Amino acid sequence: MVLTNEIVRNRLQEKFGEELTEWEEQFGLLTCTMPAAINVKVLQFINDDELLGFRFMTDLTGVHYPERKGEELCVVYHMHNMAARIRLRLKTFVPIEKPDVFTATNIFSAANWMERETYDFFGINFVGHPDLRRILNVDEMDYFPMRKQYQLEDPTRRDKDDEMFGRGSEIF
Amino acid sequence: MSEQQHIQLIEESLGKQTTTLNLGPTHPATHGIFENILEIDGERVLSAKQTVGYIHRAFEKIAERRPYYQVTPLTDRLNYCSAPINNMGWHMTIEKLLGLKLPKRVEYMRVLIMELARISDHLICNSVVAVDTGALTGFTYVFQWRELIYEIYEEICGSRLTTNIGRVGGFERNFSEVAWQKIDKFVEGFPKVMKEFETLLTRNRIFMDRCIGAGPISAERALNYGFTGPNLRAAGVDYDVRVSDPYSSYEDFDFKIPTGTTGDVYDRYLVRNLEIWESLSIVKQAISKIQQIEKEDPAQKDIFYSKESDRYHLPPKKDVYTKMEALIYHFKMVMGEIDVLPGEVYHSVEGGNGELGFYLISDGGRCAYRLHFRRPCFIYYQAFPEMIKDGLLSDAIIALSSLNVIAGELDA
Amino acid sequence: MSRPVQYNTNVKLAEIPEGYSGEGFMATSFDKIVGLARSNSLWPLPFATSCCGIEFMATMGSNYDLGRFGAERMGFTPRQCDVLLVAGTIAKKMGPILRQVYLQMAEPRWVIAIGACASSGGIFDTYSVLQGIDQVIPVDVYVSGCPPRPEAILEGILHVQKLVHNESLRRRNSDHYKALLESYGIQ
Repeated sequence: MVLTNEIVRNRLQEKFGEELTEWEEQFGLLTCTMPAAINVKVLQFINDDELLGFRFMTDLTGVHYPERKGEELCVVYHMHNMAARIRLRLKTFVPIEKPDVFTATNIFSAANWMERETYDFFGINFVGHPDLRRILNVDEMDYFPMRKQYQLEDPTRRDKDDEMFGRGSEIF
Repeated sequence: MSEQQHIQLIEESLGKQTTTLNLGPTHPATHGIFENILEIDGERVLSAKQTVGYIHRAFEKIAERRPYYQVTPLTDRLNYCSAPINNMGWHMTIEKLLGLKLPKRVEYMRVLIMELARISDHLICNSVVAVDTGALTGFTYVFQWRELIYEIYEEICGSRLTTNIGRVGGFERNFSEVAWQKIDKFVEGFPKVMKEFETLLTRNRIFMDRCIGAGPISAERALNYGFTGPNLRAAGVDYDVRVSDPYSSYEDFDFKIPTGTTGDVYDRYLVRNLEIWESLSIVKQAISKIQQIEKEDPAQKDIFYSKESDRYHLPPKKDVYTKMEALIYHFKMVMGEIDVLPGEVYHSVEGGNGELGFYLISDGGRCAYRLHFRRPCFIYYQAFPEMIKDGLLSDAIIALSSLNVIAGELDA
Repeated sequence: MSRPVQYNTNVKLAEIPEGYSGEGFMATSFDKIVGLARSNSLWPLPFATSCCGIEFMATMGSNYDLGRFGAERMGFTPRQCDVLLVAGTIAKKMGPILRQVYLQMAEPRWVIAIGACASSGGIFDTYSVLQGIDQVIPVDVYVSGCPPRPEAILEGILHVQKLVHNESLRRRNSDHYKALLESYGIQ
């Protein structure tokens, strides 16, 4: 049978009920939010289930929302069912003081480096990851650059005159 | 002395039976800067430890600071061998966010340019695989024809490599007569060159012996690792974004998806070769479809962007230099004072290496709130240690170059 | 009997340096001959990182042909090369490696920075990109462009050839040069 967003949503709600919230469908892509405690269970379910069969992890990334107090960091999973040509987006929110998310590496090996990149940029701690260390930035870096409070330029450089670039005191 | 040493000597390594070899960042055979520390026993590779990030340029952070048109030059520098595909993928993401529809002629022109870029990317990869096995002639033949593709880009957008081609809703100018002549010259002359390149390598005894069985990967492991593109098709899975989620009128074109069986270096080489032939056929079909449209309705000849996207399309340069409103409009658009609705969109195109995805979260402001590039190279390079395990050292080198790892896409 | 040149009669030959010549001998000063020989037979070391590397490959190809200026043999080991061609963005993670490759080269050595990223950081004014390789090594010629056209890269190499031709043999031992290396922290 042809999978549609309706069928996927019904199946997920049948299994997980009220735990999956904030359902929306932006530009044809079904999106939902799951609590951080069950993220691996949801991923395992949609991987194994006969009807759903989302066996391909397209993308794993993070977003920082400083206004959502108590759940500032978000991990976004994009899943794909190649045979049925349907995609799904799952989100998980964690607070910035204790950003612990269970790792998806046991199910999808593709998540290995993608989680390292998300850790490198946002500081999200993936519990159970085999080798969680910085991947793209220098190892000695002590802050997480993609968080909104850090600026883009290197603050220690002396050769570029910020006034001439239109960056006198505040950025834009 | 110690500050000059980049690699620290670990004490345990002195008593081991295996050799530690640093296939370091600046190695001529790696064609890009990434480091592999290999443990080898004689000639057999036992494990590999990878380090990437030597060209991390923080694209995603830059994109949070720049308006939408100023992000296009950044997308050029992702997979710089086939820059037009990245540019058009980004423009299509914005069009999806704004809900724009394009006329058929513009979409066929886009398909033409994207397939030329794909030919250019696969030519580099295959000739570099040959160079790594020692056959330098194919490289020099084929680079001569890539210069013709560069000339075509130059006629259309002015630049050779990092093209910044196109606008939201189409192109910046119509293809000139000279551009069409160069495209025709390419289409006529290229099959002979490709046949010559294939005669040199495809049934060459030495090349086959080197490549068959080197760096294989099975279809299940490839899917688990998130492979897409020619590397996945060489493993046997016929997934192509152009067929699975068609964009820019690809459903009107008739082409095959070549697949392999074992996923080793020879299969990847053959899949890329066949894809070059398929891309050439798509280019021919695009030319004939555009001519068909122009024959039926001669007014279509001047359409090079969508009228719906007038508010997002930069005005023509001669107006910008002479009229005041055009100048103000140009400035406002480049500086980002255009209204974009808030929303979240994920759009993917079939890049030279696989599914290149753009995940854009917009909050209605002048810049993206968050832009993430789903880079195929970064995702499939993780599988490299598994591919070369228990193979010979020289097989590891050609496996690395046949994966077509482009450093710009790896690190972003 | 040598076969005469058939297609291209516009070949520019290097000029004989001024000196005193006679039957079967020629006397001139040492640095002129050494300058002539070195400038027309440079061995470059391509340090190609990103997009400028592909333009460099196009320069080496047959359309723009770097080999006709004497730079045919690309050595990939710093121990044997004269010119370090840095093409592409150098990130902060790559800086120590670039410095180590530079230190492994033997005197006399020259450096060309190809592209905007190598010269000054280019369009990437970020926390992770080195704002120009002259933060870590001394540079002789800067070629701007993003990426520079192959003709511009060739002009950069011709400038280096001019520098090599006119360099005095004592320059590498002079105080001026030693002070330059001291300012980079190189002994």
